[in-house]
Amino acid sequence: MATLKIEDLHAQAEGHEILKGVNLEIKGGETHAIMGPNGTGKSTLASVIMGHPRYRVTQGTITLDGEDVLSMSTDERARAGLFLAMQSPAEVPGVTNSDFIKSAMNARLPEENNISLFKFIREYDKAVAALKMREDLPHRYLNDGFSGGEKKRNEILQMRMLKPTVAILDEIDSGLDIDALKVVGENVTEMKSDDLGLLLITHYQRLLDYISADTVHVMMQGRIVKSGDTDLMKKIDEKGYDWIKEELGIEDERVVPEKDERILLEDCATKEAFEK
Amino acid sequence: MSDKTKKEIERIIGDYKYGFKTDTKPLRDTGRGLTEDIVREISAIKNEPEWMLEFRLKGYREFIKRPNPTWGPDLNKVNFEDITYYKKPSEKSERSWDDVPEEIKNTFDKLGIPEAEQKFLAGVGAQFESEVVYHSTLEELEKQGVVFLDTDTALKEYPELFKEYFSKVVPQNDNKYAALNSAVWSGGSFIYVPKGVHVEKPLQSYFRINSEQMGQFERTLIVVDEGASLHYVEGCTAPIYTTDSLHAATVEIYVRKGGHCRYTTIQNWAANIVNLVTKRALVEEDAHMEWVDGNIGSGINMKYPACILKGDRAKGTTISIAFAGKNMHQDTGAKMIHLGKDTTSSIVSKSMSAKGGKVNYRGLIHHAHSARGAKSNVECDTIILDKESTSDTLPYNIVKNNAAQIQHEASVSKVSEEQLFYLMSRGLSEEEATEMIIMGFIEPFAKELPMEYAVELNQLIKLEMEGSIG
Repeated sequence: MATLKIEDLHAQAEGHEILKGVNLEIKGGETHAIMGPNGTGKSTLASVIMGHPRYRVTQGTITLDGEDVLSMSTDERARAGLFLAMQSPAEVPGVTNSDFIKSAMNARLPEENNISLFKFIREYDKAVAALKMREDLPHRYLNDGFSGGEKKRNEILQMRMLKPTVAILDEIDSGLDIDALKVVGENVTEMKSDDLGLLLITHYQRLLDYISADTVHVMMQGRIVKSGDTDLMKKIDEKGYDWIKEELGIEDERVVPEKDERILLEDCATKEAFEK
Repeated sequence: MSDKTKKEIERIIGDYKYGFKTDTKPLRDTGRGLTEDIVREISAIKNEPEWMLEFRLKGYREFIKRPNPTWGPDLNKVNFEDITYYKKPSEKSERSWDDVPEEIKNTFDKLGIPEAEQKFLAGVGAQFESEVVYHSTLEELEKQGVVFLDTDTALKEYPELFKEYFSKVVPQNDNKYAALNSAVWSGGSFIYVPKGVHVEKPLQSYFRINSEQMGQFERTLIVVDEGASLHYVEGCTAPIYTTDSLHAATVEIYVRKGGHCRYTTIQNWAANIVNLVTKRALVEEDAHMEWVDGNIGSGINMKYPACILKGDRAKGTTISIAFAGKNMHQDTGAKMIHLGKDTTSSIVSKSMSAKGGKVNYRGLIHHAHSARGAKSNVECDTIILDKESTSDTLPYNIVKNNAAQIQHEASVSKVSEEQLFYLMSRGLSEEEATEMIIMGFIEPFAKELPMEYAVELNQLIKLEMEGSIG
């Protein structure tokens, strides 16, 4: 049973402080949900836990079973048992889904003890069916040309294969229609066990209809400002967040600056610029 | 990957050390430098007809007369006086590996050639320094009339066929290094595929330079007759020395009406090889020429495989990768000359540079006045792996009629931070993740190769990239 413990976590991006003292503890078997309006630092928290290079931790600690997570590289964190289902997963052309996930599984095993091809294919086919994905998924390139919903389901599929001890699902519900949300909900619920701690990040209460949570936290101004159980969830569902702001005397809950989307002239000829 | 697959791949690749050298005593050696007498001597050793000697001498004069190109990498560092232009390693081209001199056979054993031959090739040629030491074709192909010989033997055994096609696509005065090749050419492959014959398995030639300051000048001539098809593969390696060797080959291909030729190169020269190769195909009506061109090594590489799309609806395809590592300058690309109506061409170029390497794409699309309805598509993608490395894209497009189309797309990027983070967040180390992104980048090329070569290519790239991360 793993425990992820976050204490007084402060982090900044490009000199701008986004996380301002987050405290959170997730144990195996527990499901926590972090809710809150846009721009309050929820996704930043997810990225910081996984070690995204854009963010710099300036204060506080993250430990997994007492081990210092902040001193680990992103891949070490993954191998230690952390998993992040991303809001917008990267596309990697030329790398097939099956090659990728096989390599990721082998990265967890000692070199001489790679997963057998037969066992892998059996497990993978099962996961593809469970997530109701296209049968040719193994041969398609990683997220390349995937619809928003396919990308999200592919994240959950990877989670199934990699069997993390603590998984963070960052807005797994965004861009999913009801049917897809149901499939995702069923799969995540099926994975629940005492060996898995779950952190759901979402704007909407509706995700929690499909994946039940024990504890809900509200994030504003880069901190968890309120925690509670199902009653709090219901209240947010009915009344939104304004009452919390009033209660706590918060005027502006946001900490994440609006993204600067200007394209520099020198970037105009690149593919990336067109995709923006 | 299971242990079994891994072992299988290990077995295919074997011990990856192409940098070794073999101690051999050549039977003949013209010494350093090049004079008219040496050209005559080479022709005499080969006991050639008079017309070929004349051809060589014309080439020699052209070579002396012409200056180095004023564009591209600086070739003035090549010292022609220091190079040995002809070295004969064995008495003759053998049809059995048992008859090849032991130490030379060992070289090709280490390179895995006889093994590949048994497994998946229809014929193999192996050239060591200036001469082909081994050549063999499956009997069934010979029965179908397919000719696969070293070029010297072909000149003797098929003089008329040879003369009909030789030097018609690449004349002696084409460029300085085609002129040099004309003067001192030796070895290479001659292939004739008769009308309607499909060669199912690839034919392969392997070119090995063994000595320091050696020049290798093979000349390959391929004729794919009407409705016939062929896949030809060439590989090249050399030991690592401190001084440069020169490789200046000429490849001429005729794809007759409705024919199909695929020419695959995996060139892995050491960084002390200067590689200046002229490759050109003449493509007739409804025929298709494909260049699959992998450039991993060599200090300077200038190579622009060309298709002259002469017949109506002829098709030309080039898919290439170039990797420039430490001390390497790759100046490669493709040329498509459209003459016939409704001709089509496609160029996909994937370039990478690391550890201070320089990789350039230089290409030409020419739609002549007669090429009405011609269509071309060019895609050039580059990944630069670190701050020391560079890349330029130099496309030339000439359109001389108003019913033609050219599409050009180019991108230059670094390995993306988001992609790296994504792969690493699943447990892959930075090195594994980078490697995976690069392999994905060259996948459009790798998937065109026979499996064994794709595996080898991946290993080569990994080897070149080693230490370029972190």
